[in-house]
Amino acid sequence: MAFPEPKPKKPELPKKLVQTLECKQGAVRAVRFNVDGNYCLTCGSDKSLKLWNPHKGTLLKSYSGHGYEVLDAAGSFDNSQLCSCGADKTVVLWDVASGQVIRKFRGHAGKVNCVQFNEEATVILSGSIDSSVRCWDCRSRRPDPIQILDEAKDGVSSLKVSDYEILSGSVDGRVRRYDLRAGELYSDYVGSPVTSVCFSKDGQCTLAASLDSTLRLLDKDTGELLGEYTGHKNTAYKLDCCLSEKDTHVASCSEDGQVYFWDLVEGSLTLSLPVGRGVVQSLSFHPSEPGLLTATEGRVQFWREETHTAEEQPPAC
Amino acid sequence: MAAPEASDSEEEVLAGYGTALEPLPEGERIKKPVPLQEQTVKDEKGRYKRFHGAFSGGFSAGYFNTVGSKEGWAPSTFVSSRQKRADKTVLGPEDFMDEEDLSEYGIAPKEITTTDDFASKPKDRIKEKARQIAGVTASIPGATALDDLIAPAKITIGVELLRKMGWKEGQGVGPRVKRKPRKQKPDPEVKVYGCALPPEGSEDEEDEYQPENVTFAPKDVMPVDLTPKENVHGLGYKGLDPTKALFGVSGEEDPSPFTDGSEKTSNLLGDLRHSKGRKLGISGQAFGVGALEEEDDDIYATETLSKYDTVLKDEEPGDMLYGWTAPKQYKNKKGMEKEVRYIGKILDGFSLASKSSAPKKTYLPPDLPRDYRPVHYFRPVITARNENPLLLQALVESTGKRETDTPQQNRHTLNASQRRELLGETALKGPSPSVLDYLSGKDKERIKEAKQAAEQQMKTQTLPQQSLNISSSSHGVHHKWQMALGGQLATPGSSDFKPFAKNPEKQKRYEDYVESLKQGQKDTPESRSDPGMTEWERGREREEFFHAAVLYKSSNSVLSSRFTRAKHEDDTDKVEVPREQEMDIDDKESAVKMKMFGKLTRDKFEWHPEKLLCKRFNVPDPYSDSSIIGLPKVKRDKYSVFNFLTLPESTTTTITQTTNEKIQQNINPNKPKKPSRWDVSDKEKKKKDSISEFISLARSKVDIQQQQPESVIEEDRSRTNEPLPNKAVNESTDQKKEESRPSMDLFKAIFASSSDEKSSSSEEDSDEEVHQTPSAVPNSESTKPANLPDTSSADVQECMAVTNEPDLVPPLLKEELDKEEEFGPRLPPVFFSKTTQKHEPVPLASSLEASQKEKPKKNKEKHKAKREHKHKKEKKKKHKKHRHKGKHKNKKSEKNSSSDTADSSDSLSDIEEITDLSSQELLRRLKHLPEMKQ
Repeated sequence: MAFPEPKPKKPELPKKLVQTLECKQGAVRAVRFNVDGNYCLTCGSDKSLKLWNPHKGTLLKSYSGHGYEVLDAAGSFDNSQLCSCGADKTVVLWDVASGQVIRKFRGHAGKVNCVQFNEEATVILSGSIDSSVRCWDCRSRRPDPIQILDEAKDGVSSLKVSDYEILSGSVDGRVRRYDLRAGELYSDYVGSPVTSVCFSKDGQCTLAASLDSTLRLLDKDTGELLGEYTGHKNTAYKLDCCLSEKDTHVASCSEDGQVYFWDLVEGSLTLSLPVGRGVVQSLSFHPSEPGLLTATEGRVQFWREETHTAEEQPPAC
Repeated sequence: MAAPEASDSEEEVLAGYGTALEPLPEGERIKKPVPLQEQTVKDEKGRYKRFHGAFSGGFSAGYFNTVGSKEGWAPSTFVSSRQKRADKTVLGPEDFMDEEDLSEYGIAPKEITTTDDFASKPKDRIKEKARQIAGVTASIPGATALDDLIAPAKITIGVELLRKMGWKEGQGVGPRVKRKPRKQKPDPEVKVYGCALPPEGSEDEEDEYQPENVTFAPKDVMPVDLTPKENVHGLGYKGLDPTKALFGVSGEEDPSPFTDGSEKTSNLLGDLRHSKGRKLGISGQAFGVGALEEEDDDIYATETLSKYDTVLKDEEPGDMLYGWTAPKQYKNKKGMEKEVRYIGKILDGFSLASKSSAPKKTYLPPDLPRDYRPVHYFRPVITARNENPLLLQALVESTGKRETDTPQQNRHTLNASQRRELLGETALKGPSPSVLDYLSGKDKERIKEAKQAAEQQMKTQTLPQQSLNISSSSHGVHHKWQMALGGQLATPGSSDFKPFAKNPEKQKRYEDYVESLKQGQKDTPESRSDPGMTEWERGREREEFFHAAVLYKSSNSVLSSRFTRAKHEDDTDKVEVPREQEMDIDDKESAVKMKMFGKLTRDKFEWHPEKLLCKRFNVPDPYSDSSIIGLPKVKRDKYSVFNFLTLPESTTTTITQTTNEKIQQNINPNKPKKPSRWDVSDKEKKKKDSISEFISLARSKVDIQQQQPESVIEEDRSRTNEPLPNKAVNESTDQKKEESRPSMDLFKAIFASSSDEKSSSSEEDSDEEVHQTPSAVPNSESTKPANLPDTSSADVQECMAVTNEPDLVPPLLKEELDKEEEFGPRLPPVFFSKTTQKHEPVPLASSLEASQKEKPKKNKEKHKAKREHKHKKEKKKKHKKHRHKGKHKNKKSEKNSSSDTADSSDSLSDIEEITDLSSQELLRRLKHLPEMKQ
């Protein structure tokens, strides 16, 4: 006898501020969860990269070695390595435990905006304002990239990697998806400089934020527009957007100091979360739970759902 | 040594040898020698060296004798891995050695040694021996013999030099002699053992016929083999030679110093041959007869005393051993001597001389003058300038040199060929730089004379011409340059430089041009240029020729002889561009505006990921058998190089271009910042009758049909050009709206290459203007003709006439234009061509005013054209035909762009079809399009 499935809980949105991390590293350019969501990385404009436990609010490690402000960072699937990129045109591979630079990849001609590991952390992909995406090999010691994806006509602002795809958003207003399996490049024109792109969790859609204060949800295969999300303000800065942990909501930073949540299907604004007075520069959604990290000015805030209690915290460090 | 204690009396008598010891001072004790146990050895650094016995040593041994520190090996200088990760030094064995090891007696002595090339003997005998043994004991005995055969015979430098000097093996070294020295008859007293020597009578007889004039190489001198005795064996003892022992053949060493490699191989071969018949076994003086041995005759080498000389006597002149009485080695020197004596056969009718010719009379050297200094000093230079011809004559005779022809030059002023002549070298055998090489000397002389005369003549001619030219400076900028360049311009005949080799006609024209330049003419004769070319083209070409001529001054023929023409011409006028390009943004933008995402906004390309990337992503390579990486590329025409050269004209053209841009921006105040017509304000949209609206409709319509990817450049160009008619209307009003940033068109115009220039299907109204916009875009003439319509000279003239009219455009015009049902697309091409005729020279005119002036005219023409349009249906038709004809022609001339032109012609027809429709109809269709497409 089968019990009927329990009615799924209505997805909650992170509304409650649980932690505030004063990063003390200048402006926080980006904040990123690690793969399991237990830790986060903050990229500071003071050239440092910091590893935190956002649940406890403790600083675990500070990584220094960049020559200029750090613009993006990512952690490997096994949490053993970090990669970061910065305005010093380099992409750096870090050892998490020792804090040492394992490798520095030089080759970009300009600021490196975004960086990603591939699934197995064998390749680092980095997108730069030199309008190229470079694929760096972590396995061999070769100093030059495996491949340079230079199809973009303007700087690459955002980059995401799935198990066989590379998604890049460029200031030339296009979202390019390189499909390695099919050997094809799909280029979707969005019309306005793309600031952030991301895959949906189901891998069917791509979300693109652009400087016309619009988020667009595009069908990955056909490029058709599935949804459009407006209401926030994004006309000048490179702001992040993301999807919630169950693809139910779309979240985006805004230049008016709030984070906006839209219902993915309906496209209606469900929540505008007042974060601070300044521009919310970066945000990162917890991979499995309703938790959100936002970065404004020199501060990172961790938001959880209303029902969240401290006991639930996953064991950390 | 004289004994110090010898008595005085004896001292007188005894002779002292050596140096006497210093007399011992009184009261001092004799220094005791340092006892052995206290003697120390120090290395060059002053460290004590220890000698270890069997049980000393261990760690301290290494420490005290080799390593400088207590910790053992001193680490090499620390290098931070962060700073210097990459440069890893490759360590050789030397890095682990001490200086002592590298010294003379170390294990790796670094001293100057004779290399194998110069050594007369193979260096390492140990190796040689090992090889021999290996050869014998190997499973296939003598296998190394093959190696020897295959290995190149090594000849030492000395031998090589000697050979170069005419020496042959077997001969002696030295000046050739008239008569070979008389051979010594064998001493009758010397017993000869073994079989008797062949009678020598024949040889003597040969001597009889020796010719008088034949000289002979001196006899080869047997080198005295002065190998030091390094072993402790008895004199003359030879150890067990493996070759000897096993094969029983005496590896008789060849006495000749010049035979090492080649002879040895033959020896080895001989061994092999011999060994066949014989069983292997050890035989030798010390071993007696082996058990397997049958013959026992040579058990003990019999060295009888009779083999040795018993009497001291004069050296035999025949053998050059000078008393060297080595046993065995030179036993059969007689035979060898025979060989050495005379090499080569005697010619028919000649015979070797029996008697030596009379001894050469020697003359004593002349007595040296008293003031002779054995130092060479150079004679004063004699030149033709010397006043006294007699003296000159005398000097010349005394020196034996004629320096009047070539006045003595500093050697630095000589060129390579002159130096070559001086040194008596032969000329390089490159591709002969000119026809002159094939002429005989006499002909050359004649030509030279003629040339000199001509040059003289020309010089006198050009000078007045030059002044004339300068005075009448009405002619273009570069005429002065032309004159200045004068004769150093490229000479098409002599130099191999052919900048337009692909286009033989053009090349010919270029050559003519250069020729005319050389002769000081100002212009190329019109007759030479292509009659089909327009004035503008002609001007352009002239300019190009000029640049080419400036670039490639006549290269030195000597230099050119060093280089050869490329066998395969590489495609210098091609660039690689992605095969497919993202389609024009305009239409995408419109699609975005209409939220028609999907097919309209998506471009799909074939993209080749790197193999390694696939591997890293754990994805099979989708194109495993292609070597392409990234987007597939194709070769496209590149613009002519000459257009990129920096010359004053080019800067002015860009200036005019920018001003044009600005003006054009001013013209259309409603134009939004983004270059899209879809961005226009609603009001304008509603009007629906503006040209741009219509055009964009037409364009998007075509584009949706996805016939051809659009050209960005042409698109933009069309956009910038279309608003021109409005110029006069709006010009005055809106200066303020000027954008701070120049539009994209400008950037494209400057940076874009022709590769972007695909013919576009959506090119509305087959826009002749677009094609012909002169543009700052470097327009190679390879692409240019393809785009240019064929325009007759009549058109040009007509247009000139038109432009003479006062240019006023009534403000009403715009309205009129807009109301007109048929716009640009249906305009008769004749007017477009006209307008372009006027428009094109703008950059060339290189003056701002000119470009500005022309626009109103153009408007007028256009206007006129429209009014007349209906009456000129036939005319239009005619022109259409005309245009196609031109296309055809261009296709022929420019094969590379044939596909492009074909495309454009296709698209043209399409466009024409479309433009026949009313704008209403188009709009209606456009609205339906999304459904149709989906």
